[in-house]
Amino acid sequence: MRQYLVPGFAMVIFLGFWEALVWVNDWPNYKMASPSDLWPAFWRFKELFLSYGWDTLWRTVVGLLIAIVIGVLFGMIMGFSKIMREGLYPLLVGFNAIPKATVVPIVALMFVGQHDLNTVLIAFMISFFPIAVSVSIGLSTLEPEYRDILRSLGASKLTIFWKIALPKTLPEFFGALKVAVTLAFIGTNLMEIVSPHGRGLGALFDSGKTNSDYPLMFAVLIALAVLGIALYYVVVFLEKIFAGWAERSAD
Amino acid sequence: MASSRENLIAIENVTHAYRKDGHTLPVLEDLSLGVVEHGFTAVVGPSGCGKSTLTRLIAGLMRPDAGSVWLHGEQVVSPRSTVGMAFQNPVLLEWRSILKNVLLPLEIVPTSLSKQGAEDRARHLLHLVGLSAFEDKRPSELSGGMRQRASLCRALIHNPDVLILDEPFGALDAFTREDLWLTMHKLRAEEPFTGVLITHDLRESIFLADEVVVLSDRPATVQHRVALKREGSPTLDQLYTGESIATLNELREQIRIARNGAEV
Repeated sequence: MRQYLVPGFAMVIFLGFWEALVWVNDWPNYKMASPSDLWPAFWRFKELFLSYGWDTLWRTVVGLLIAIVIGVLFGMIMGFSKIMREGLYPLLVGFNAIPKATVVPIVALMFVGQHDLNTVLIAFMISFFPIAVSVSIGLSTLEPEYRDILRSLGASKLTIFWKIALPKTLPEFFGALKVAVTLAFIGTNLMEIVSPHGRGLGALFDSGKTNSDYPLMFAVLIALAVLGIALYYVVVFLEKIFAGWAERSAD
Repeated sequence: MASSRENLIAIENVTHAYRKDGHTLPVLEDLSLGVVEHGFTAVVGPSGCGKSTLTRLIAGLMRPDAGSVWLHGEQVVSPRSTVGMAFQNPVLLEWRSILKNVLLPLEIVPTSLSKQGAEDRARHLLHLVGLSAFEDKRPSELSGGMRQRASLCRALIHNPDVLILDEPFGALDAFTREDLWLTMHKLRAEEPFTGVLITHDLRESIFLADEVVVLSDRPATVQHRVALKREGSPTLDQLYTGESIATLNELREQIRIARNGAEV
């Protein structure tokens, strides 16, 4: 009971403080919308919020899934082969160092008008690096005794991977996935805001900006926060199922 | 003699070196060693003298540069399922229960046991080492000594001919270690295996083994061997009798010689 009451209470205080701040300073909407302005904005555009929210959600998830496949693949290659690690790592670091905000217009021009492809591509590019690095570190730091235990029984490399290397890397993988899911979400929104005539919550935000509809912009921010939190906790939930053993009981 | 092939484990004139970045580090030199069936040999020697290399050669995880290793009269060229291993690090899989950890080798090695038969055997071994109440616990819930007990069960689950122990009790406190020595004797009475124990603890070597082999400093070869008389299960008190102390002093002197050799 307490674990729901305390955060709920904190939320109410926060909203009250926000409302009071706008009211006391007598700020107009274009300076800062107050919480009481948000609900009408939501209600007026409720169909758009639903359909654009769905666009943002699936693009993020698809981008993240591709990032998982490619990231795990790179991680495995770098984790098992020292030569590949030495060769690929600088390339990946270099690629990751490019701020993705600068890649967004390039991709937008490259595949002009293909909003879904563009957005998924950016979500993938921004989020696969932490996954690749964590998987490669998890695999390359596997203590040799773990390998020897199975190798001394004549187990194949594949068996050692399935029985030991993969499960042992899961905690690192989920740690990276928590970072990646947030990044993918940022990537999706970057693209949606920039793409003209696009869909998604980012596009809704942009149209709010063009029409000086400040309550709408704030309402989009809240919707994004809710989506981002939901995505994050889906990962936490999966982590509990697949890597719950890594959690130490608090005793 | 040292390494006639009638011995269950026969190591014949093995020489081995590590190569790294163009350097060659000789580790073993013309080393010969034999262990009879159901015998238990402890190998002691200065730190870093190549004892662990020896275990990896017997397990078939590496091949020697020269010389050969034989098990049951067959030359070891690759890992074989008739070997069980336990290390100083118990390397239990954290995501499995203790019972499932013990069963791991049977998922690799072909076995005649049914699923139920395998579980019964695992439970029996866990009972022997006093872990019956912990079958369903995760390794993180066990103490260091308990984890090492579980690791011994895992090393024995597939009825190996050869049990290779690489300092399995090295990280445990003195009292836990003595408990595990007694457990080892219990296991030896129940499970037929031929053992090789790498250790730094001379008391451990004379308490557990039938023969103690002292290796020289790197590159290691057999410098000295002491055969121990065994009548029934020994008790810890016997470690403090005059005979045991004389053997301990003999071994200490040999280790001293081996280490001095390194400084010259």
